[in-house]
Amino acid sequence: MKLITAIVKPFKLDDVKTALATAGVNGLTVSEASGMGRQRGHVEVYRGAEYAVDLVPKIRIEVLVDDAQVAQTVDAIVKAANTGKIGDGKVWVVPVESIVRVRTGESGTAAL
Amino acid sequence: MAAIDTGDTAWMMMSAALVLLMIPGLALFYGGMVRSKSVLNMIMMSFSALGLVAVLWIFFGFSITFGNSVGDAGYIGDVTQFLGLTSLVNTEAVIGTIPAPVFIAFQGMFAAITVALISGSIADRAKFGAWLVFAGIWATVVYFPVAHWVFAFDEFVATTGGWIANDLGAIDFAGGTAVHINAGAAGLALAIILGKRIGFGKTPIRPHNLPIVMLGAALLWFGWFGFNAGSAVGSNGLSGVAFINTIGATAAAMLSWLLVEKLRYGHATSLGAASGVVAGLVAITPACASVDAIGALIIGAIAGILCALSVGLKFRFGYDDSLDVVAVHLVGGLVGTIMIGFVGVGVGLFDGGGNDQLVKQVIGAGAVLAYSFIVTLIIGKLIDLVIGFRISADEEQAGIDVSFHAERGYELSDSSSGGLSGASKGA
Repeated sequence: MKLITAIVKPFKLDDVKTALATAGVNGLTVSEASGMGRQRGHVEVYRGAEYAVDLVPKIRIEVLVDDAQVAQTVDAIVKAANTGKIGDGKVWVVPVESIVRVRTGESGTAAL
Repeated sequence: MAAIDTGDTAWMMMSAALVLLMIPGLALFYGGMVRSKSVLNMIMMSFSALGLVAVLWIFFGFSITFGNSVGDAGYIGDVTQFLGLTSLVNTEAVIGTIPAPVFIAFQGMFAAITVALISGSIADRAKFGAWLVFAGIWATVVYFPVAHWVFAFDEFVATTGGWIANDLGAIDFAGGTAVHINAGAAGLALAIILGKRIGFGKTPIRPHNLPIVMLGAALLWFGWFGFNAGSAVGSNGLSGVAFINTIGATAAAMLSWLLVEKLRYGHATSLGAASGVVAGLVAITPACASVDAIGALIIGAIAGILCALSVGLKFRFGYDDSLDVVAVHLVGGLVGTIMIGFVGVGVGLFDGGGNDQLVKQVIGAGAVLAYSFIVTLIIGKLIDLVIGFRISADEEQAGIDVSFHAERGYELSDSSSGGLSGASKGA
């Protein structure tokens, strides 16, 4: 079992959700995040005072999948979130030791 | 006894309520400009100014402002004459063409908003108790006497009035000197006394809610019709002139502020539009009954430009006038007051009036500026020495809302909920 975490541009969330559903992923967790990479931030002006805002809004998507599904899931996210411009985000995969479904108490791949 | 005019009375009651509405308007205008961790304190400084100053006004403020000038010198009214308003709050007393209580209510709202205006220079960092002590002393020692100088005309409420209105003859229709230069100079003094906020000029201190800033500016504009047109103390041609000029100058100032921003920084901002509106309102306040429509547009446009250029001064000189009380109210008040000497109908330099009026305007503005700045420095320093004016660094970093009011402006998720601590005192 693996945890796939994707940081994407906020307006790409719907595309990624659709792509995940098509790829057979049933559940996901979405949170609002802010961060920076090579994109850096932007400049805001308030009464003439210019502020460099480093951290830009992003969406963090977390998906738990079986090992066999990893490649196609990552592929689906990357394709859906890509705009070709700087700031598109990142996707990474980490191993997961155990999973328990709260409602039934099932564990392991049965809980996915 | 003079007869009551019902039209005048209706408009003046409405005007008093409109000026009252400016105070929550100001609270939103200021509140949106601070960070979310101090929005409630910002709003509370305005609300509490209304609460405190209205009570003082009834006890003795009106008497200091509109009582007979002590020694006929024009500096301060007789505090004993209308103490507690006992002789004026009844169904018989008349001032001008309206019931005395209506005039008292209208002028009382001016005192309250002037005190509230100052709070913008000390955002995020003033002890709430110290603010209240300051507000009470400042209203008593600075606003009431200065309003006497400017607003107390001989033979109107009492036999003798203030020196600026009667002896000098400077024109200040609705409070460019007594309200805006006064509050602006006091704001500068307090910003110096309290010092800079942690991180000022180094880390971004950004407005947290620009839509409520815009709403606040809109409420201020709406209420300002009472402030300016109500200063005619009647419903007549004079209030009509003040009314249209309150639109013209304000609109011009909004445009000119946006133009300055676009040319200097490349963006026309919503905060700039809101600020331009207030700058225009401030500038036309003293002049609204003394200029024609074109004169009002000129005053508004100049105020928008000069106020927009002044907001950078605090960074250059290193004082943290947090919400630009100096750039908007002091500079705007000076523009309006002095411009009467140039474009005032029949009195201005450009309208065949020579420079007599211009000199009077400069003297009136300078006197109020100097008195307010110096006395505020003294009051602020004394409060700081005796009870401490500023909150601790820890309290400031945690946010004054939580550390002083035990509240937060926004609860955007339920995930921070806890249990009741201590017994609930409810029924």
